[in-house]
Amino acid sequence: MTTMNDNLVEVRGLKFHFAQRVIFDGVDMNFQRGKVTTIMGPSGTGKTTLLRLIGGQLKPNQGSVMVDGLSVPELSHNELYGLRKRIGMMFQSGALFTGVSVFDNVAFPLREHTDLSETMIRDLVLMKLQAVGLRGARNLMPAELSGGMARRIALARAVAMDPMMIMYDEPFTGQDPITVGVIMKLIRTINDSLGLTSIIVSHDVQEVSAISDYLYMISNGKVVGEGTPGELGDSNSRWVQQFMKGEPDGPVPFHYPAEEIERDFF
Amino acid sequence: MLAVVSVAHQAWFKIIIKFLMFNWFQYLGRSALLVFQRLGRAHLFLLRVLAAIPSLFAHFGLLVAEIYSVGVLSMLIIVVAGLSVGMVLGLQMYNTLVDFGAESTLGPVVALSLVRELGPVIAALLFAGRAGSALTAEIGLMKATEQLSGMEMMAVDPIKRIIAPRFVAGIISMPLLAAMFSAVGIWGGYFVGVGLLGVDDGAFWAQMQAKVDLYDDVLNGVIKSIIFGVAITWVAVFEGYDAVPTTEGVSRATTHTVVYASLIVLALDFILTALMFGEM
Repeated sequence: MTTMNDNLVEVRGLKFHFAQRVIFDGVDMNFQRGKVTTIMGPSGTGKTTLLRLIGGQLKPNQGSVMVDGLSVPELSHNELYGLRKRIGMMFQSGALFTGVSVFDNVAFPLREHTDLSETMIRDLVLMKLQAVGLRGARNLMPAELSGGMARRIALARAVAMDPMMIMYDEPFTGQDPITVGVIMKLIRTINDSLGLTSIIVSHDVQEVSAISDYLYMISNGKVVGEGTPGELGDSNSRWVQQFMKGEPDGPVPFHYPAEEIERDFF
Repeated sequence: MLAVVSVAHQAWFKIIIKFLMFNWFQYLGRSALLVFQRLGRAHLFLLRVLAAIPSLFAHFGLLVAEIYSVGVLSMLIIVVAGLSVGMVLGLQMYNTLVDFGAESTLGPVVALSLVRELGPVIAALLFAGRAGSALTAEIGLMKATEQLSGMEMMAVDPIKRIIAPRFVAGIISMPLLAAMFSAVGIWGGYFVGVGLLGVDDGAFWAQMQAKVDLYDDVLNGVIKSIIFGVAITWVAVFEGYDAVPTTEGVSRATTHTVVYASLIVLALDFILTALMFGEM
């Protein structure tokens, strides 16, 4: 386990619910500085919700979320926006601004938060685009990009302000194998070369196992498994094994809850 | 036996009535709560937008861009509609006035109809249909595609960056469009009355100048159009911001904008007309 001082993000006793539906029921997690940590779990378990709780877009019903020593739910509007300047996020859809070019998308946070000259901004944007291999796409509009390119542009925008941490929401979903390979390489390389802390939310077991330092598995509002990819691979937990091996039935049942089959057919 | 059946029927009847009434009351209560919740959200949202308006001084370019998008791009429809309404008004009024030999008053009749009522109201209805629906769809789609969330996570407040410029642009554009509608409409009435039907040119303008008051008529029309602008743009930006972030949700929000904004304009018009011109 990690020590307290090594953790950039600490989640303690987190409880959160939407209306009557419990999303998190007492979750504890640590996200170590400089490491790539992944949260895995089936669709609908609240992985993206966890990122929104860390980013302060949602507030927990109970428990704490600490980022770099700051209690996120207790921050004022200005303090929260100050913290967010040090956090990058790559959304599942890319969330690029559709009305402006690739260049202007990446330049957006720089223009909003710095007083840099346009010449300096141009150089910084081209450097970020070069890092994701899309310097040549600077003049394209988001509608002209493939899904993989859009995510790489979103990644370039996320690192534009040189953040201390990046959160990735389902970075591999719906991508072809080459794009998945490119994004995997970028996440790991950018994390290590810029000294970032990365949090990935995903259910792509093979991909995240290859690039993550630590994994959490969540289901039914609780952490059901955690460890390095090797430790989870060797886990005795039936739930972890079912998820890691993609078995269709197990602790997560194949059938949606229903009344006795005899009552439907006889 | 008959009495027993009758009692049993009565008992069932009471249960059904109770069930229906309970459901009906429950539905009514839930609907009322949702309406008040939404109204509360809309007012809190308006306060946030108003608080964000001073930030526009630092981003004046955003406001200019939105005035172009909301106002300038609505000009064509306003001009065409204003011309048509003015021409129809000129024709219909002439046909009525000529029976009394009062066709020389065509100028003030057309001008007063347009400046007091038709200009602000029809321009507002067209504005709600063109610019209001576009605002809602744009903001709703930005929400559905996570652009607003993305902006929040980049520490940029969407209320300041997206909503406030559109809100102010709508308020600035609406009276200008209504004035344009009235001006073009008067020209349309002039074209039909003087150009085609032979009303005296001098009488048309002189009567108008004598009868139309700058404060009572023109200024009240401008005040009306400003209030319509606030109402329409508020509804439009709120519906977009509060839309369910799905294709269906954005579609429903866009429809809501046109329907709610149009009804609000008509209701406000009656209230404002009663306050400005009524003798109650």
